[in-house]
Amino acid sequence: MYLSPTAKISLLFLAIAVAALFFADIAITTVNPWRDLGQFFLGVATPDFFSTEGLATALLRTVAFAFVGVALGAACGFLLSLVYRFYPVRVFCAFIRAIHELFWALIFLQFFGFHPLTGVLAIAIPYAGIFAKVYSEILEESDPVPGRLLPPGTGVVSAFLYARIPDCWVQMRTYTAYRLECGLRSSAILGFVGLPTLGFYLETSFSQGLYSEAGAMLIMFYVLIATIPLWVKPKLLPVYVLSAPFFLGEGMPIVWGNVERFFTEDIIPAPIRNGEGLADLGAWFNDLMLNEALPGIWNTLLLTQIALVATGILALLAFPLISNHFGGPVRRTSGHVFLVIARSTPEYILAYILLQLWGPSMLPAAVALALHNGGIIGHLIGRQTNTLQLRPDAPNGFNRYSWELVPRVYRSFLAFLFYRWEIIMRETAILGILGIYTLGFYVDSAIQQIRFDRAMVLILITALLNIGIDILGRYIRRKLALQTMPTC
Amino acid sequence: MSGFEFAGLTASFGGERVIGPLSLHVKDGERVALVGRSGAGKSTLIKLIHQRVDGHASLVPQDLGLVNALPVFHNVFMGQLDSHSAWYNTVTLVRPFRKDRDGVRQLLTELAMADKFWTPTASLSGGQRQRVAIARAIYRQSNLLLADEPISALDAPMAHLVMKALSRRFTTSVIAMHDVDMALTYSTRVVGIQDGQIALDEASDRLTAADIMPLY
Repeated sequence: MYLSPTAKISLLFLAIAVAALFFADIAITTVNPWRDLGQFFLGVATPDFFSTEGLATALLRTVAFAFVGVALGAACGFLLSLVYRFYPVRVFCAFIRAIHELFWALIFLQFFGFHPLTGVLAIAIPYAGIFAKVYSEILEESDPVPGRLLPPGTGVVSAFLYARIPDCWVQMRTYTAYRLECGLRSSAILGFVGLPTLGFYLETSFSQGLYSEAGAMLIMFYVLIATIPLWVKPKLLPVYVLSAPFFLGEGMPIVWGNVERFFTEDIIPAPIRNGEGLADLGAWFNDLMLNEALPGIWNTLLLTQIALVATGILALLAFPLISNHFGGPVRRTSGHVFLVIARSTPEYILAYILLQLWGPSMLPAAVALALHNGGIIGHLIGRQTNTLQLRPDAPNGFNRYSWELVPRVYRSFLAFLFYRWEIIMRETAILGILGIYTLGFYVDSAIQQIRFDRAMVLILITALLNIGIDILGRYIRRKLALQTMPTC
Repeated sequence: MSGFEFAGLTASFGGERVIGPLSLHVKDGERVALVGRSGAGKSTLIKLIHQRVDGHASLVPQDLGLVNALPVFHNVFMGQLDSHSAWYNTVTLVRPFRKDRDGVRQLLTELAMADKFWTPTASLSGGQRQRVAIARAIYRQSNLLLADEPISALDAPMAHLVMKALSRRFTTSVIAMHDVDMALTYSTRVVGIQDGQIALDEASDRLTAADIMPLY
C-alpha cells in the first residue's frame, strides 16, 4: 500500500504514543474528581473580584515583570542577532533558550533570593536566546539588493539602518508583540515558585479551596491577554517599559555572600567539594544518572510523545470550530472563545488545576499540554482554512472535513506540530515541579534537599535533551519540506 | 574618470556560460545603448560591469532594489549615505535636514514626482517606483550610469523626460533598452548582444532601426 511520507511519519508518531501509553502512569487518584471539577467550574462561573486586594497587585506585578523581562530580552536578543552567524553565539543562544523560565527562576532564587532581579532575569535570559534566533532569521530574509546598491564607503551603521532594518521592521515588531503575550504567561507562572505574580495568588486561593477567587484571577488574566491590542499601543510602549521597573515590588535584598557561595561551593559536585577522589566523583555521577537522570529522561520522553500526539488530535478536532466552512456564527464564536481560553492559559496553570482535581499522574499533565498546544495549532489551522476557496459543489459535513480541508492543511499542521515538539518537551520537563516524575521533579527535589550540584547537572541534561529534540524536529521538517514562520 | 576598459568578461550560471568571454571599452563621454533579445545577457553584463568598477557607478537594476518600507525621500537619500557620518544618517532617518529635503525635492520635481515625497515606496505604481530608483541613481552623483531597462514601465512622454534627465546628469552611461528608437535617440553608440557575445558595435548616427532588428 502506498503511503505518503507525511502519513508515514504521522503513523509512526501515533504508534510511539500508543506504546508510550502502556508504560505511562495514567490514572485519576482523587476520590471524587468530577465533584471537584464541578466546584472549580462553579467557581469560575461565580468569580469573586473583590474578596482580596491581591488581585490588582498580582496583575500589576505580572505585567511589570513581563515588560521588564521581555524588553531586556529583546534588547539583548537584538544585539546577539547581529553576531548570530558565529557558531559559539548560536550554541550559547540554543543553550540559554533550552532552559525553561522556571528553571532559571529556581537557579536565581538560590542566590538572589526573592529579589525582583530573579524574576526579570528568569524571563530575559531564555527570551534573549529566542529573540536572537528569530531576529537573525528575519534579518537574513531581508532583501539584499538595496545593500549592494549603496555607494562604496557607506558606513556599516548607516547601511544597516537604511538597507536592512526598514525591510524587517514590521515583522520584528509583530514577533516582539507576540513574545510580549508569551511574556505575560511566563510572568504569571513565575508566581508558582514564589515570585509575587499571578501564579502565587492563584496557588494560594486554590490551596484554600477559594475557587471563586481563583476563577476571578483566571478571568482577569484572559481579559488582560485578550485586550493587549487595546492597551499596548506603540506610543505608550516607552511609557510602559520605563515605568515597569518601578512596579516590580520590593522583594528581599540580595545577599552577595550567597551569590559567591553558590558559584564557588554549592554547584561544585559534592565529591570535588569535599576533596574526595575521582572514583567517588564517578560513583556520585553514576548514582545521579541511574536514580534520577535516566528515570527523569524516560518519563519526560513518554509524556512528551503522548502529549505531542494528543495535541495533534485535539488540533485536528478543534480547527473546524472556528473554520467558516462549518456551522454558523454562534458556533464559531463559541469556538473562538474556547480556543482563546485554551491557548491563553499557560500549560503550567492548566496542569496545576487538573492535578489538584484529579490527583498526581501523567494524565492531567498530558491533558493540559494537549489543551494549550492543541488550542494554539487549532487556531492557526482554522484561520488558514478560512483563506481556502472550495469549488461551489464541494461536499458538506464530514466529507468536506476529511476530503477537502484536512488534506489541504495537513502539511502546515505537521509543520506547526513539529515546531512545537521542542516547546512541549520543555514544558513536560518543567511540569515535574508539580509532582509528575519528569526531569523537573528531580531538579526540584535536588533543590529542596539543597543539593544544587545535582540540580545543575539535571538542568544541564534537560537543556541538552531539548536541543536534541529541536535538532530532530528541524530535521524532520526539512525532510518533509515543511515550512513555518516562528509565530506560534 | 568615468570610462572603463575590460577584457575577458565572462559569467556562468549553473555551469552554463551566459556571457563572454568578451571585451568592452567605453570611453569618457560615451553613451552606450545595450540592445538584444531578452535572455541575451544584457542584465548579466551590466551586473558584471558594476562589480568590475567596484560599485563606483550609479546603478539602476531591473528589480530596482528599493527599500519598500521607507518613503521616497529616504530611498533617494540612500544614494549619498557615504558622504555623511553615521549619526547624520541616523538623525535623517527620523527627521531629515532641510538641505537634503530641498535637494531631493528638486530632483523629484524634475521627474514629476514631488507629490510622493513621503509615500512609502511599497504603495507606488511600477512607473513611479522606477523613477524613484532613477532619482536615487542621479542623487548618487557619480559620473558613470549603469541602467537595466530603466524606462520599461514608463509611458512615452515620461520616458523621454527621464532619458533627458539622465543624459544631462551623466557624462558616461551604459543603458540596456529594448525600445530600438529610444536607444538610437539617446545614445552615441549601440552595442548589440546575442548569445552572450557582442554581435553589433557601431556609432548610433550610422545606424537605423532596421540595422538592429536582426538581433531580435
